[in-house]
Amino acid sequence: MTELPLIGGAPVAVEPHLVGAKIGVVTFPGTLDDRDAARAVRLAGGTAVALWHADTELADVDAVVIPGGFSYGDYLRAGAISRFAPLMSKIIDAANSDAKLPVLGICNGFQILTESHLLPGSMIKNDHLKFLCRDQVLRVENNTTSWTSDYEADQEITVPLKNQDGQYIADDKTLDALEAEGRVVFRYVGWNPNGSRRDIAGISNAAGNVVGLMPHPEHAVEPGFGPESNDGTDGLGFFTSVLNKIVGGAQ
Amino acid sequence: MTTSAETVGKKFNIDTVENAAKTPDTELPWAELGLKQNEFDEVVKVLGRRPTGAELAMYSVMWSEHCSYKSSKNHLRQFGEKVTEEMKKDMLVGIGENAGVTNLGDGWAVTFKIESHNSPSFVEPYQGAATGIGGIVRDIISMGARPVAVMDPLRFGAIDHPDTARVMHGAVAGIGGYGNSLGLPNIGGEMVFDSVYQGNPLVNALAVGVMRHEDIRLANASGKGNKVVLFGARTGGDGIGGASVLASESFDDTKPSKRPAVQVGDPFAEKVLIECCLELFKGSLVEGIQDLGAAGISCATSELASNGDGGMQVELTSVLLRDPTLTPGEILMSESQERMMAVVTPENIAAFEAVMDKWAVEYSWLGEVTDTGRLIITWEGEVIVDVDPRTVAHDGPVYDRPYSRPSWQDSVQADTFTGSVQDAGRPSTSGELAAAVTELIASPNMCSKAWITKQYDRYVGGNTAMAFPDDAGVVRVDEETGLGVALATDANGRYTYLDPYHGAQLALAEAYRNVATSGAVPMAVSDCLNFGSPEDPDVMWQLAEAIRGLSDACMELGVPVTGGNVSLYNQTGTVPIHPSPVVAVLGKLDDVARRTPSGWKEDGQAIYLLGTTAAELDGSEWSNLRGHLGGLPPKVDLSIERQLGEILINASRDGMIDAAHDLSEGGLAAALVESSLRYGVGARIALDELVERDGVDLFTALFSETQGRAIVSVPRSEEIRFKDMCTARGFAHLRIGVVDAASGKLEINGVDELSLDALSEAHEATLPKYFG
Repeated sequence: MTELPLIGGAPVAVEPHLVGAKIGVVTFPGTLDDRDAARAVRLAGGTAVALWHADTELADVDAVVIPGGFSYGDYLRAGAISRFAPLMSKIIDAANSDAKLPVLGICNGFQILTESHLLPGSMIKNDHLKFLCRDQVLRVENNTTSWTSDYEADQEITVPLKNQDGQYIADDKTLDALEAEGRVVFRYVGWNPNGSRRDIAGISNAAGNVVGLMPHPEHAVEPGFGPESNDGTDGLGFFTSVLNKIVGGAQ
Repeated sequence: MTTSAETVGKKFNIDTVENAAKTPDTELPWAELGLKQNEFDEVVKVLGRRPTGAELAMYSVMWSEHCSYKSSKNHLRQFGEKVTEEMKKDMLVGIGENAGVTNLGDGWAVTFKIESHNSPSFVEPYQGAATGIGGIVRDIISMGARPVAVMDPLRFGAIDHPDTARVMHGAVAGIGGYGNSLGLPNIGGEMVFDSVYQGNPLVNALAVGVMRHEDIRLANASGKGNKVVLFGARTGGDGIGGASVLASESFDDTKPSKRPAVQVGDPFAEKVLIECCLELFKGSLVEGIQDLGAAGISCATSELASNGDGGMQVELTSVLLRDPTLTPGEILMSESQERMMAVVTPENIAAFEAVMDKWAVEYSWLGEVTDTGRLIITWEGEVIVDVDPRTVAHDGPVYDRPYSRPSWQDSVQADTFTGSVQDAGRPSTSGELAAAVTELIASPNMCSKAWITKQYDRYVGGNTAMAFPDDAGVVRVDEETGLGVALATDANGRYTYLDPYHGAQLALAEAYRNVATSGAVPMAVSDCLNFGSPEDPDVMWQLAEAIRGLSDACMELGVPVTGGNVSLYNQTGTVPIHPSPVVAVLGKLDDVARRTPSGWKEDGQAIYLLGTTAAELDGSEWSNLRGHLGGLPPKVDLSIERQLGEILINASRDGMIDAAHDLSEGGLAAALVESSLRYGVGARIALDELVERDGVDLFTALFSETQGRAIVSVPRSEEIRFKDMCTARGFAHLRIGVVDAASGKLEINGVDELSLDALSEAHEATLPKYFG
C-alpha cells in the first residue's frame, strides 16, 4: 500500500499550543451540524466543548460556535424559538461584554444571531424557493474579525452552501452602514445563490467578535470530505483564526 | 395527558370481546377494510368467534399484502435458503427483523434497508416521499444504529407528461425537506423516466446506519412485568389503513380520493426521536424497541409480543392523541409518523423518563409484558382485543398464487432491435456518431441528475467521502481508521420486462459492480421488489422469476440478502409497471481515503477498458431513445462480474488506478462522457483495436450495454503493474486512450470532436428544461 491517500492531500497538522483553547458548540433540538463543528475545532487544534441549549452557564469556554440545522424544525421563522434558549442569554451577554466573547453563527446559527439582535438583518427563503446544496466561492471582505484573521484580504475560498432560507435581507440604511463600517465579511462570488442583498454571505457586529454566515466552513476542514477545490479545507481558517486569537490573547 | 382518549370517556359503543362472543351475527365491514371472504373466515376460525371491531382492524392491516407478504412469502423463502455458511459469516442479524445487520469488523456493525413508498407518493408526492424517508430511518434506529445516510431510487412517468412534474417536484422536495432536516446526507440514488410509471411512480428509500456490536437491538418484548411505552409524536387520524388501502390495491379512477390515507411527516420530531433513542441505547434503557410504521400500534404490539417470550397487556386509552375523536380501531390502525414503542424494565423507568424530558419527547406507559401468551388490549379496562399475537403478526394467510409465462413473452423476446424499423438509419458517419453521443447523454434517463441532487444535503455529518454522480455513495464509519461503507442501488425495468430472471440478476450485477468500482468489497444486499398485481398470473410469473434469479445470483456472488420489501399492485387498471426489482448492495472499505471516483483528473494517465464488448442493444438506452423494447437483455456472467470486482478492488487498494467508472446504461459512450465531465477533464480515445478484437462496429462499441465492463484511468507509473495483474487473472483489458487535461474535449477516433462545454451543456440542460 502506498502511504498517501488517493484523494485529498496530507492530513491537517495540529498545532499543540492551541489545544488549551476551548470552543463551545451549541446543540438545540434540531441542530444538525454540531458534530461537524466540533470536528472542525479539533482539526484546527482546539478543544471542542458540547453546550446544551438549556444550559445556564457557558462552561468557561473561550469562544462559541452556533452550528447549522433546523432548530425546532424552523417551523416558525428560522431561529426564532432558539433565540429564547437559556444559553442564548448567556451568549448574548458574553458577546456584548468587555471580554467580547467570539461567536460564530453558521447557517441556522446565523439566523439565530439575527433573531438575537447580535447581528442586523434577517434571512428569508431563497429567491428560487428551493433547498440548494453546492460548493460556493466566497470572497473574504474583512480579514480583521475574530474568525477571519488567518485569511488574506480579498482571498477567495470555497466552502459548501446548503440551505432553504438563505436570502439575506436588511433595509438600505442598514446595508449602507454595514458596508461603510466594513462589516460585510463575506460576499458570494459569481452567481448569487439565493438573492441575498448586495451578494452578502456573512456579516459581523461592530466589534468583529460576532460573525454570522450562511455557507458552511465546518464542512471544508478535511481533505476528501469537503469541496473538491484546494483539498476542500478552505474553511479551516475560521477555526485557526479564533484559536490563534484566543491563545495570543491569553499570552 | 389532557387529550388522551381517556377524557372522552365512553363516547363509542365499545365492541368488547365479551360482546363479540354474544353477538356472532353482527355485520362487520371486513370487505371495506380490505379483507377477502376466505381471510375473514380464517380470522373467525382462529378466534373461535367473530372478531371485535378492534380485532378486525388489527387483522385487516396486518394481513394486508403490504404487511404480511402473503403473495410473495412462498417465493421470498429462497433468499433465506440459498445461503452458504460463508455468506452467513458476517451476518449478525438476518431477514425478519426491522433491518439486517452486517459485521464490519473492529467491533462495528452496519444495518441498511430499502423500502417502497410508491402509492402514497403518487397520491401526495411531498408527504408520501417524506414519510418514506422517515419510515426507513426509524427501521434503522430500531436496530440500535445511528442512521448515517440515505439514498432514493426514483422512477417517474414520461418526462414530458404534465403529471410527471407534479410528482417529481413533490417527491424530490419531500425527500429533501425531510432528509435534510434529519441531518442525513443523501449520497445517491436513481432517476428513471418511463411512461409505464405514469400512474405508479416508484419512490424507494434506503437508509444505512452504524453501531457497535453491543448496541444491536431487536424488536421483542420479553420479561414479565416489564413496561410497554409509546413515545414520540401523538397518534392522529393520518394514514389510517394506509397499508391495507393504499399499498394493497390498484388505483382506479372511479373510487373517491384516497388523500386521507397518506401520512404527514414532521422531520423535527424524527430528528429529536433519533437523538433520544440513541441516548436510550447508550444508557441501555430499553429491552426491546420497535418503530411504528405500516399498521401502527397493531403492528408494534403484535410483533413485539410475538417475537418475545410471553404476552402483552395494553390499555388503549393511555395512548396520547392528536384527535380525541379517534375510535379504538382507528387508534390501532393509525399510521401517524415519528412514533416508537419500547419495553423498559421497572428499574429503568425513571432514567427513561429523564431522557424523554431532556429531549421534550412525549410518552405514555401503555401496559406491560405478561406470560399469558396473549395480546390483550383493553379500553377503560374492558377487553377489546384478546388474540394470540402470532396469528396477527406472523401466521397470516399465505397464497400460492397461480403464475405462468405470459403468452406475449416469446414474441417480445423475438423482436430484436437490430434490423427493426426503429433501427433504420443507425448512426455510422463521424458526424452522426457525435450527434448520437450528445443525444444519448442529454436524454431523460442519461442526463445529469444535478437538478435533483443539489436539493439534497450531501455534506452533513462530515463523513461523506463520495456521493452522486460517482458510482457509489461512500460514508466513513470510523474517523480513526477510515473504515467505511459504500452503497449503490440499481434496477432496469426494461431488462426485467424482457427477461425477469436475468433482469433481476442484472440489477444485482450492476449494483455489485458499482460498489466494487468505488473500491469497496461487496458484502450484503437489500432489495425492493416493485411489481404489478400478484393476482395477474403474468405479473406473478415476473415476480417468481425475479426472486429466483436474484436469489441464485446472490448465492453465486456470495452476497446475502439481509432485508428488503415487496411492493405489489403497482399498476393502473390492468396495466402493470415494468417489473422493477431495485437492488441495493453494501460494500466495505478498510479506508475510505482509498475510494475511487468516477472521473479522471491527471493529464497523461492511460485509460483502459476492462471486459469485452458484444452486440447487445436490446433493452438498451439507445433502443429506448428510438422507441423500441424487445429482444433479450445483455447476458449475465456473474463469474466475470466477480473477477472484474476483484480487479477494481485490488487496483484501488494498491493505488493502481485513480478513476473508475462502470459501464451500464448507455454503454461506453455514456461512461466516457461522464468520466470526462466529472472533473471537466478531457480524453483522447481510439477504439480501433476494440472494434478489431471484439468484431463489432464503432456504433456498437459505443452504445452496446454488455455487462462486466468498466473503464479506469491508470497513472503511468502503475501501468505495467496494472496490466500484469489483469493478464495474470486472464481478464480482458485494452488501452483505449489517454487523459488530456488541456484539450477541453472528448476526442474519439471516428467520431466528430465533442467539446466538454457542449457536452456539459447538453447533459445539464434536460431536467431544468422540464422542471424549471
